[in-house]
Amino acid sequence: MRHIISLLMENEAGALSRVAGLFSSRGYNIESLTVAATEDSTLSRMTLVTAGSDDVIEQITKQLNKLIDVVKVVDLSEGDHIERELMLIKVRALGKDREEIKRLADIFRGRIIDVTDKSYTIELTGTGSKLDAFLDTIERSAILETVRTGASGIGRGERILKV
Amino acid sequence: MSTELTGAEITVRCLQKEGVDHIFGYPGGAVLFIYDELFKQDKVKHVLVRHEQAAVHAADGYARSSNKIGVALVTSGPGVTNAVTGIATAYMDSIPLVIISGQVPTHAIGLDAFQEVDTVGITRPCVKHNFLVKDINELATTIKKAFFIASTGRPGPVLVDIPKDVSQQKAVFVYPESVAMRSYNPVTRGHAGQIRKAVQLILEAKRPMIYAGGGIILSDAAAQLTELVRMLGFPCTNTLMGLGGFPATDRQCVGMLGMHGTYEANMAMQHCDVLVAIGARFDDRVIGNPKHFFNEDRKIIHIDIDPSSISKRVKVDVPIVGSVSDVLVELIKMLKVRKEKPDQTALDAWWTQIDLWRARDCLKYDRSSSIIKPQLVIEKLYDVTKGDAFVTSDVGQHQMWAAQFYKFDLPRRWINSGGLGTMGFGLPAAMGVQFANPGNMVACVTGEASIQMCIQELSTCKQYNLPLKVINLNNRYMGMVRQWQEFFHGNRYAESYMDALPDFVKLAESYGHVGMKIEQPGDVESALTEAFKLKNRLVFMDFITDQTENVFPMVPGGKGLSEMILV
Repeated sequence: MRHIISLLMENEAGALSRVAGLFSSRGYNIESLTVAATEDSTLSRMTLVTAGSDDVIEQITKQLNKLIDVVKVVDLSEGDHIERELMLIKVRALGKDREEIKRLADIFRGRIIDVTDKSYTIELTGTGSKLDAFLDTIERSAILETVRTGASGIGRGERILKV
Repeated sequence: MSTELTGAEITVRCLQKEGVDHIFGYPGGAVLFIYDELFKQDKVKHVLVRHEQAAVHAADGYARSSNKIGVALVTSGPGVTNAVTGIATAYMDSIPLVIISGQVPTHAIGLDAFQEVDTVGITRPCVKHNFLVKDINELATTIKKAFFIASTGRPGPVLVDIPKDVSQQKAVFVYPESVAMRSYNPVTRGHAGQIRKAVQLILEAKRPMIYAGGGIILSDAAAQLTELVRMLGFPCTNTLMGLGGFPATDRQCVGMLGMHGTYEANMAMQHCDVLVAIGARFDDRVIGNPKHFFNEDRKIIHIDIDPSSISKRVKVDVPIVGSVSDVLVELIKMLKVRKEKPDQTALDAWWTQIDLWRARDCLKYDRSSSIIKPQLVIEKLYDVTKGDAFVTSDVGQHQMWAAQFYKFDLPRRWINSGGLGTMGFGLPAAMGVQFANPGNMVACVTGEASIQMCIQELSTCKQYNLPLKVINLNNRYMGMVRQWQEFFHGNRYAESYMDALPDFVKLAESYGHVGMKIEQPGDVESALTEAFKLKNRLVFMDFITDQTENVFPMVPGGKGLSEMILV
């Protein structure tokens, strides 16, 4: 099953490699991983999307907790949570397609953030499946480039991950 | 204004503050300033090994036999890569070590400088934690953290990488009394509710079994374990790492379990209805095939300091996270309060069954053989040392025979590489043991293959007058490899022979030691007696043993515990 795990870790050189190394050495899979410093610059917040049986996920959270640099770990999928991913997509936009692509971007609440006479660059946020859906609506050959951040997640309501 | 010290001075002062009496190391360019400071003082004694792997193994043997933190010092690049085997060995067996490594100067890091490796990267998967100190002002705190992390929670090796320029720069030296880390707060006390559940299960048991591992040794809980086992009257088995945790000569001890465990231990493990696992991790060499293990229904209580060890290979019913010694104290207290006893009739019937298994005499061997049987050597070693020696081993058949035939009644007496299975461990580990326990008998049980992986340390032994007794079970084969080839590879002994062996007697003598070659079973005991009389000399005893002897019982890989091959 897919799980989205959030963690706070010391913002130190090499901390990311400890997490990445743990996943590769123990054979866990990573679908995506995002990391950046928090409002407290000594801490980094990481969101990890992984998949595995309950036993594997239990081991993953235990092993993450065991890393000395990791301060807190929470499996967001255990409760209500929100997840968002950012995608930048450059598409070929010529002739009558220009209007159509603009309309599609609007429908998905995307924003065109760069324009040339041949292309649009669209910024789109949402869940991974929404981004997938948007990609599906655009003809494959029109897609020039995509870049996705991987999911970031946060608990709903009073669920807070903080030191 | 306080005076400033160099990074090298700070490093040595930190070691002094930690009460380190011996460090094991090998100098090189990146650690020259640190060596210079070691030279100027005499509180921390440096032991010069002949290879960095041995430095770490020696620090490891020192730690295992003393419950102190072992410290090793190596230079950058090859110094570190040589040390990696030692570090991984300690990591797999959760041994508290601090390894200090030199690094190229900060401005040269990443430029493929001479003797540069990414030490933090290379060692990351085999340390509990590691640090690269880039700022002299953080050096003392980092070393304090290293000692704290290494020895608390589930212990393990911690490496501190110090670039050469940092060891040369100056800072005010303040050694913190303690360190608090928001990201590291190991649990010690077990959850009272969970311990209560365990007590209930224990009292309801009809066919109980206590399975105790290295955690007993690491948390100095042998006394508590012994009290618990005797109080309950339950059978107890120790893992390879847990030997000595419960006295081997006690009737309630059913011997070691696992791949080469006793018939009675493995059968009792398989057929018990309540299993109390203490400081053990259900390793693949211990329970064999987990699926087969669950063919029988049983409740499992698992006490361990590391939550990730619980429900990793087997699902357990009552997990208790905490320091083994603390949890056992609580458990014993609660059992005393309850004043109840488990069903004695059921327990008697269980013991009757266990005694039947025991009567199978699974460790029997041909005592009338005209060739020296390796088992005989270990039995005689036990007799001659009256069970009072520290015994280190290398890896292979000799290791298993030592574990099976030397009856360890005390913890920290049996020193071996259980998890990683590192050939070459025995001799350097024995050096560390002897430094930690001067005046005690230290034997290194080895084989002619293993010993050659760190034989250069005979030179270190000479330099420091370490009166080790090396028991070389020489069967001219990598015995365990040969055994597997005999059982599973159609007797095709691919590269498992030992050809062109040195004359070990002459070799020992050339290093300035005493060498003995023993070829007759009748000479084994007298030779050992003679060797141990030489209290101030290292004696290398080359026992020419039966080439075809195998270790029994054996649970073949992938098989269940009750599917043993017996003699």
